[in-house]
Amino acid sequence: MGMPITIDVVDNTAQPDDLEQIFRYFNYVDEKFSPYKASSELSFFNQGRIKPRDFSPDMAEIWRLSEITKKDTNGYFDIQRPDGSYNPSGLVKGWAIYQAAELLRHQGFKNYYVAAGGDIQVSGSNYQAKPWTVGIRNPFKPQEIIKILTLNNQGIATSGTYERGQHIYNPKLNGQPITDIISLTVVGPNVFEADRFATAAFAMGKAGINFIEQQFGLEGYLIDKQGLATLTSGLSKYFN
Amino acid sequence: MAFVLYAVLGQNRTKDNTQPLTQTTTSKTVSDYTHLSAGQYRDGNYTGSIADAYYGNIQVKALIKNGKLIDIQFLQYPNDRPSSTEISNQSLPQLKKEAIQSQNAQVDIVSGATQTSQAFQESLQNALQQART
Repeated sequence: MGMPITIDVVDNTAQPDDLEQIFRYFNYVDEKFSPYKASSELSFFNQGRIKPRDFSPDMAEIWRLSEITKKDTNGYFDIQRPDGSYNPSGLVKGWAIYQAAELLRHQGFKNYYVAAGGDIQVSGSNYQAKPWTVGIRNPFKPQEIIKILTLNNQGIATSGTYERGQHIYNPKLNGQPITDIISLTVVGPNVFEADRFATAAFAMGKAGINFIEQQFGLEGYLIDKQGLATLTSGLSKYFN
Repeated sequence: MAFVLYAVLGQNRTKDNTQPLTQTTTSKTVSDYTHLSAGQYRDGNYTGSIADAYYGNIQVKALIKNGKLIDIQFLQYPNDRPSSTEISNQSLPQLKKEAIQSQNAQVDIVSGATQTSQAFQESLQNALQQART
């Protein structure tokens, strides 16, 4: 699948094995939930080879969380695809990052971050003993940062149709407009909350930022196709 | 001493104890593929597999001429879902807007979206595999 993962532990007691363990955990999650692997438990379910009663505890947990999220988001978060198959990717990534960060916390670490595929859980402070600085990527120029947030113990996730600013991705979909928004970043109490709400709110289009505004503990930064950003009213507390 | 593990699932990983990497995602442009693919492919048009980009499916067609990838056409791309009147009709305070602007400062980590690019690579790789065999 090719999802980049970065684990950075500032605490000087960290050993390479501590990080290896986290990486193994991500591998485990990928083996279990990848829609691209025919041998994953998810694929087994989509192939009809197992039923919900056969689910492993983690698979059952993801199903439970998906149901809750569908309710929390007025149905905008839905792991069932139009073809009838199921894909919980919009929630699994945030869940896995959060679980990985919890593993580090239980090992006694305080200052670290875990990032996977652009979604991040931060804890404590960075190498300068200051809050972690997290840049929001410019969806039109991926090498550029367009907003900087300072976080201590939060999660952040971005959903989007990223490459639309690059001409080669210019989609030709029967002349239909694709979407009026390009990128939606959500900051929450943890990356699981940020990820699932970013996924759902992005699917709402421009109304998604209002949905985030209404959620207690969540803030958002939405970028539309004109490069205009809309901020939730409490986002400024994360500005330097 | 602190450790950073930077890894890509399913690929080789590296480990070091240097400063954290700020770029955590990989992205490919068509020129990368063109470069890699020079002369490797049979001429023709190849339709890639349908890949799930979460908001919808992505499917691309790769056009090969003189053994090179010359164009990628999108056959499927995620569509907007209909906006919910339930959400948009609620009265809310007017939220602040700003034009996005490049920031020069260094950051520890970067947040950005990856779903679409993963699905794009999935479909394109499938199309190019067909061009090879």
